[in-house]
Amino acid sequence: MARDTDGGEPAVTGDADGGDTVLAGGADGGVTFSTAGLREGFVRCLPVAAGIGGYGVAFGMVAARQGLSTAEATLMSATVFAGAAQLIAVELWADPIPIAAVLTTTAVVNARYVLMGAALRPWFARLSIRESYGSVFFLIDETWALTMGELTDGNGRGAFLVGSGIAAWLFWVGATALGANVGAAIRDPSRYGLDFVLTAVFLAIATQLWEGKSTLLPWAVALVVAVVAAGALPGRWYILAGGVAGSLVEVARVGR
Amino acid sequence: MAALTYLTKAGGFWLLGHVDPSDRLEAGLSVLPGAIIVAIVGPELVAGGPTAWLGGATVVLLTRKTGSLLAALVGGMGVVVLSRAVI
Repeated sequence: MARDTDGGEPAVTGDADGGDTVLAGGADGGVTFSTAGLREGFVRCLPVAAGIGGYGVAFGMVAARQGLSTAEATLMSATVFAGAAQLIAVELWADPIPIAAVLTTTAVVNARYVLMGAALRPWFARLSIRESYGSVFFLIDETWALTMGELTDGNGRGAFLVGSGIAAWLFWVGATALGANVGAAIRDPSRYGLDFVLTAVFLAIATQLWEGKSTLLPWAVALVVAVVAAGALPGRWYILAGGVAGSLVEVARVGR
Repeated sequence: MAALTYLTKAGGFWLLGHVDPSDRLEAGLSVLPGAIIVAIVGPELVAGGPTAWLGGATVVLLTRKTGSLLAALVGGMGVVVLSRAVI
């Protein structure tokens, strides 16, 4: 995730910035916060944002099926703006809302954003507090990857993240409203296989997150722990148990 | 949830002025989303039976082949509906 974003060859600038240094340095030259950078980010993110819209429709339909109104689902998309965390949250949704499970799982699913935000520091530290802390609201996997690619190219377009984020946000929120309306209008979801949407979306995301053999061990551990814990723990805590177990295995593996 | 999500997004940016994340931490955090998704889907597929397995296999296959979420969803749901009618 963090290391495979700058796919292109490093530009020959004469400034050796160590190639793959995500966390250290690399901010050669100035960093601007301009309308041009904003527009560039917006336009470059549009194709990606259209794809995000697909997930948005699916999220809206799932949210409607879990009993959220269109307004509630749309409000969640507009304010939270984190796809995986939202999907998992509505998966956990029940009456009454299991607040502890929802918040804990949200924090764990979003933990990767901590590293992504940290990786932006070399450039964003040169912006004003308002610009940098406003920008990070628009940080999601896709906009982060685009922005890191842009910044490591040395263009110094500090507003790129906001521009790409606005494009992604518009599609995400609009698609959520659409999906929630469609989902609410369908009386018998299982007839159309709609009860399978959430599982299908997660499987599609997992397929895209698959990085080859190195992913096998942590995922296998997550799977086994989750299946065993599902029978042993109350509620939905098996999700957290499986996910954390898989992550810990990876920490141990890298440590060796 | 919104506040918590923003905190994770802004937290790393703020924190880096203070500590350097290690390789191990970075590796652990990077597999976390995938591991959580596996932990959600695994028990559901186990409980879902053959129709869910067929549908799930279709989704994985179509995602790999086409890279399109829409194709994967429509195909997977189609297989689930069809196999429910047959099995």
